[in-house]
Amino acid sequence: MDFLAHHHIISPDLCPFCSLENCDAIHTFLHCRFALDIWRSAGIHEHVMIFSQPSFQLWFQEGEVSDLKMQLRQLAGSRAPGTDDTKRELFKKVISYMTIGIDVSSVFSEMVMCSATSDIVLKKMCYLYVGNYAKHNPDLALLTINFLQRDCKDEDPMIRGLALRSLCSLGVANLVEYLVGPLGNGLKDGNSYVRMVAAVGVLKLYHLSAVTCMDADFPALLKHLMLKDKDAQVVANCLTSLQEIWSLEAGTSEEATKERESLLSKPDRLCDCNSLSNITSTGELDLLLAFPHQDRLVYIAQLHKMKEFGEWAQCIVLELVSKYVPTDSDEIFDIMNLLEDRLQHANGAVVLATIKVFLHMTLSMTDVHQQVYERIKAPLLTLVSSGSPEQSYAVLSHLHLLVMRAPFIFSLDYKHFYCQYNEPFYVKKLKLEMLTAVANESNTYEIVSANAQSFGSIPVTELCEYVANVDIPMARESIRAVGKIALQQYDVNAIVDRLLQFLEMEKEHVTAETLVLVKDLLRKYPQWSHDCIAVVGNISSKNVQEPKAKAALIWMLGEYAQDMQDSPYILESLIENWDEEHSAEVRLHLLTAVIKCFLRRPPETQKALGAALASGLADFHQDVRDRALFYYRLLQYDVSVAERIVNPPKQAVSVFADTQSSEIKDRIFDEFNSLSVVYQKPSYMFTDKEHRGPFAFSEDLGNLSIGAEPDDTVVAAQRVEENDKDLLLSTSEKEESQGYANNGSAYNAPSYNASTTTGGSQGHLDLVSLDQTSTAHTTASLAIDELLGLGMPAGPSPAPLPSALLLNAKAVIDPNAFQQKWRQLPVSVSQDISIDPRGVAAMANPQALPQHMQAYSIHCIASGGQAPNFKFFFFAQKAEESSAYLVECVINSSSCKVQLKIKADDQSTSQAFAELFQSSLSKLSLP
Amino acid sequence: MISQFFVLSQRGDNIVFRDYRGDVQKGSAEIFFRKVKFWKEDGKEEAPPVFNLDGVNYFHVKVVGLLFVATARINLSPSLALELLQRIARVIKDYLGVLSEESLRKNFVLVYELLDEVIDFGYIQTTSTEVLKSYIFNEPIVVDAACMPPIGPAALFMQGNKRMPGTAVTKSVVANEPGGRKREEIFVDIIEKISVTFSSSGYVLTSEIDGTIQMKSYLTGNPEIRLALNDDLYIGRSGISNFGYSGSSGTGPVILDDCNFHESVHMDSFDVDRTLSLVPPDGEFPVMNYRITQEFKPPFSINTLIEEAGTLKAEVILKIRAEFPSSITANTILVEMPLPACTTRVNFDLERGIVGQNADFKESHKKLEWSVKKIVGGSEHTLRAKLNFSQEFHGNITKEAGPVSMTFTIPMYNPSRLQVKYLQIAKKTKTSNPYRWVRYVTQANSYVARI
Repeated sequence: MDFLAHHHIISPDLCPFCSLENCDAIHTFLHCRFALDIWRSAGIHEHVMIFSQPSFQLWFQEGEVSDLKMQLRQLAGSRAPGTDDTKRELFKKVISYMTIGIDVSSVFSEMVMCSATSDIVLKKMCYLYVGNYAKHNPDLALLTINFLQRDCKDEDPMIRGLALRSLCSLGVANLVEYLVGPLGNGLKDGNSYVRMVAAVGVLKLYHLSAVTCMDADFPALLKHLMLKDKDAQVVANCLTSLQEIWSLEAGTSEEATKERESLLSKPDRLCDCNSLSNITSTGELDLLLAFPHQDRLVYIAQLHKMKEFGEWAQCIVLELVSKYVPTDSDEIFDIMNLLEDRLQHANGAVVLATIKVFLHMTLSMTDVHQQVYERIKAPLLTLVSSGSPEQSYAVLSHLHLLVMRAPFIFSLDYKHFYCQYNEPFYVKKLKLEMLTAVANESNTYEIVSANAQSFGSIPVTELCEYVANVDIPMARESIRAVGKIALQQYDVNAIVDRLLQFLEMEKEHVTAETLVLVKDLLRKYPQWSHDCIAVVGNISSKNVQEPKAKAALIWMLGEYAQDMQDSPYILESLIENWDEEHSAEVRLHLLTAVIKCFLRRPPETQKALGAALASGLADFHQDVRDRALFYYRLLQYDVSVAERIVNPPKQAVSVFADTQSSEIKDRIFDEFNSLSVVYQKPSYMFTDKEHRGPFAFSEDLGNLSIGAEPDDTVVAAQRVEENDKDLLLSTSEKEESQGYANNGSAYNAPSYNASTTTGGSQGHLDLVSLDQTSTAHTTASLAIDELLGLGMPAGPSPAPLPSALLLNAKAVIDPNAFQQKWRQLPVSVSQDISIDPRGVAAMANPQALPQHMQAYSIHCIASGGQAPNFKFFFFAQKAEESSAYLVECVINSSSCKVQLKIKADDQSTSQAFAELFQSSLSKLSLP
Repeated sequence: MISQFFVLSQRGDNIVFRDYRGDVQKGSAEIFFRKVKFWKEDGKEEAPPVFNLDGVNYFHVKVVGLLFVATARINLSPSLALELLQRIARVIKDYLGVLSEESLRKNFVLVYELLDEVIDFGYIQTTSTEVLKSYIFNEPIVVDAACMPPIGPAALFMQGNKRMPGTAVTKSVVANEPGGRKREEIFVDIIEKISVTFSSSGYVLTSEIDGTIQMKSYLTGNPEIRLALNDDLYIGRSGISNFGYSGSSGTGPVILDDCNFHESVHMDSFDVDRTLSLVPPDGEFPVMNYRITQEFKPPFSINTLIEEAGTLKAEVILKIRAEFPSSITANTILVEMPLPACTTRVNFDLERGIVGQNADFKESHKKLEWSVKKIVGGSEHTLRAKLNFSQEFHGNITKEAGPVSMTFTIPMYNPSRLQVKYLQIAKKTKTSNPYRWVRYVTQANSYVARI
């Protein structure tokens, strides 16, 4: 080993086996493909080997590393010519060990000694080495301070910059005192490279020790540099550092909080704002104030300089601009004119950042907003086709978001979303989603403009081509897409035909996927049952193996038992194979189907029913056993009751699994050009709070509503998950759970779950309108602390009316305390209600609602938003105690819907407060 | 801001690993690789380029079989991260000449040096090869390019065409020629990727050209360059109806649906005389990307005939015709066609007298593959394949087979007729006239005929 090591270090030689790489111990044992072959033949896979490196390293590390150490030590003092080359080789060796995870920290002092050189390549390697080990070896790091500090004063600006960067990257908290001096000099350095490094260095220092950074007043220096520096990259780095520092500072520092308070407590400022997103945090405010004149001038100046910035810095500035709220429409046009050529940039990130600016600035100008959609279409399509598949994926995700918001824009360009055969699956899948979205719209559009059919069916025809595709996942996705289109459209005639043709293709995966869809279709359009049943009846149940498809087939056999001749016999044969059926879902469906069939055609099914119940009662699966028992008892009790429960009159399902709420969609749109769009989730669902990023900090009030509410997040996440699932599965599972929860009483509609949910929301509406009448009488008495609703004849009220609830008319809370409380408390009441359109009309004046609520001792603490969405935060306090209620109220003025989220110190009275709040709200329009 | 950047080999080895923020755990590369490798149990679906795992966002792009990965905690712009990864790959390629596992391993010190300058504390500083040049001091260890898989669109010129100095595209921007002095040259490549879908009756359903003008400059002193394009070049399809159908006749204006430009491009006189002026930075970069949906004449027509011969046999006749001038030759043609799943054996009947022709039945994928090395414009080639089925075939074979897809490369031909009329180099010194290479090439992106 020694000989080998010695040999290859002095004169690097190639591996005698593979002649590919230099021969060293690591290569010989790990990387050489001959060695790998040997490992593999011994049954050891290379993965295992990579993971087992640490133990391997112990093996030879000592000899190897100490050898290196020796040689380095010999060279340290040497000034002989050629030393640098030898050093380079040795340093390379050290670093190569370091990168593959071998601990070479023991040569630290030798490395530092050797770095006293003017050779920049050597220095760079040394810095890399030091940066890697300093953090975990603070004592060693101290050794480097001296030479790094000396290098920071070197004549060569490159060395100054590099040394400063390494110094800041050491990451050792108790060495920060040594940073301040070099950093301060760096920021004032004559060379732009050094200033560039220093600007980021300040941020590194902030992360190590915020106090040191603030005490040295570095942010102010950065601000100064940002405005004055001639080098664009220096300006960009100052900007990013400041953004990050302020966003972090806003959460902790008292000064920052104070400034924010002053911001929050200025209602006029809030009301001036056109959108929620521009209620800026201190950080951003500071950025704005940092510019010498008014915001406006600076932004424009900044935009004029745009081209001086590198493409990446442009992204940062554009992101900042998208937060900026112009004062008037002229300014909006100025900005857009300045930025328009950015849409032709070859860098997709720049284009998307520009589009974000355009979209957000024109939100309130409907016409212009539409024009923006038209304008951005071509650049986006170019990005999709010119970039790598990965880039296409990112851009397509954004296109999908846009299409969901404005489906018309691509109704003529659907051909762009035809899949190409060599695209990766993830791109194809997105394109299918695009086709689904576009097809849907073009048809509705066509319904209005007469020449229907021809047009909307084109994407469907295209989709049908994919179904025949040999690529199985692709075929499946395509069938689902066709089904989605069918479920969205009014005219499903042609599509149902297509689906039925799929069944005739006799490919197992196609049949399986189609059956599931046909089932959903039948639930939505029972009128098609005749055509479908004829085809479905011909499918041999033996050709259907997938549980989901099998369940769908069985459901149809039961539901349409009277239309299908063979249905009892098919069911019978399925029951005979009960034990071979592994999926509990299928067995559950089988039970339900057989009893449905029995009730319609008793003589033919009797035998099958007996067998099914017997097998069901003996089943090892709890749910199956329960259901069998339930049916058994039901039949014993009364067959006509069973008939009513199992075979209710058929009702069409109008809405399947609930789609994403508009609030979530809006929030994703707010986060345009971020991962939220790709994941189709707002950022709070997938990022920790502290990582919301430099750009997210402006949604200050937004954070209020989203910050750390575990239950809310969970609910929302579930909603999203449900969307991802197959339509049938989510609904049928819900049926099941609901059925059990209601102790069988919900079984009167086992397959039409939607009716119960709509019933539920109906109940809500009733509740509100009832309250309206009942509380109308109490309005006067409320002010004099009468009991709400208690004295009133409650009438046929579905819910118990609230107990006494008195509010403190002069309650006060400071915004910061409000925000804290909001973060801490869980949501105790969350509901969606409708309000009187007249009330909405009254809200044309933004102060109307806060003033109105004030009369009921409910105080507005913050508000914002723009048509049609407004958001208010209210606060109220109990009369006798300090127990508080916090309300987030999102009003959609076009649909007259209100989303309420109430949080309370005293959970038990939150319901009472919710009703009080609703009744107060409902009286907004009434004189 | 990026937390980490790393490059993994196909086997999942860490070739390069750089942590910028320290807020993502060290084992992320391993976690990432396992996730990507076992994305779906059946292994049929590829992992999307962006995904979130335990609060860490992973971005990755694949370049010549290597995985370039970035991780981030924050809600970053996905196109920013993915674009960055592509750029990093390009910068590394510019410096190393070739991008491969071997070249990365040999030059890892240089690569770390680059990475330090490209990203600082997670923030992107620059990805310009030109700017980076002043910060980079290591010299690349050149790897023999011959055995390396080609990268990037310009690599197509390496195969076949003798007139092109194939090695030039694998030249590092910093390494000197063996002779010691740099050769003054500039490459301008017009690369068009075409996508055509034919209906079963041979009618063009969709067609699109994704073009790019790629430039790679090895000129010293960064002189300004003027690039003149067709006079009758129009951008935007608004006026399309005035021009009518003109694609296949070979005349008429060239209409781009849309295009975008590299940031170094000045378009001051573009509206007047269709010239672009720029000072080309070092390294390879796209001057302009464009997209055309104007109809054009597809370079190949594909004709498929399926004849059933009894229930256990069928014959497939594939006919391709080169619809371009005979002065032009297409390279590396590959025709593929999925066959019914019950196909067990295929006998081929190849035309005689054609060099480098081969037909094969890939049993595992149930796919017919027919490759031809060269096809001269105007010629027609036929393949007859006799299929044997393991079980009696009922119904329609066309539903179980196809579509026919084709890949090819055609040098010195571009269907859009976009041209670089001249390439002017503003001379600063009186040195010898630099070499200018203007090359055209067409490549099939998705060339599919349904049956």
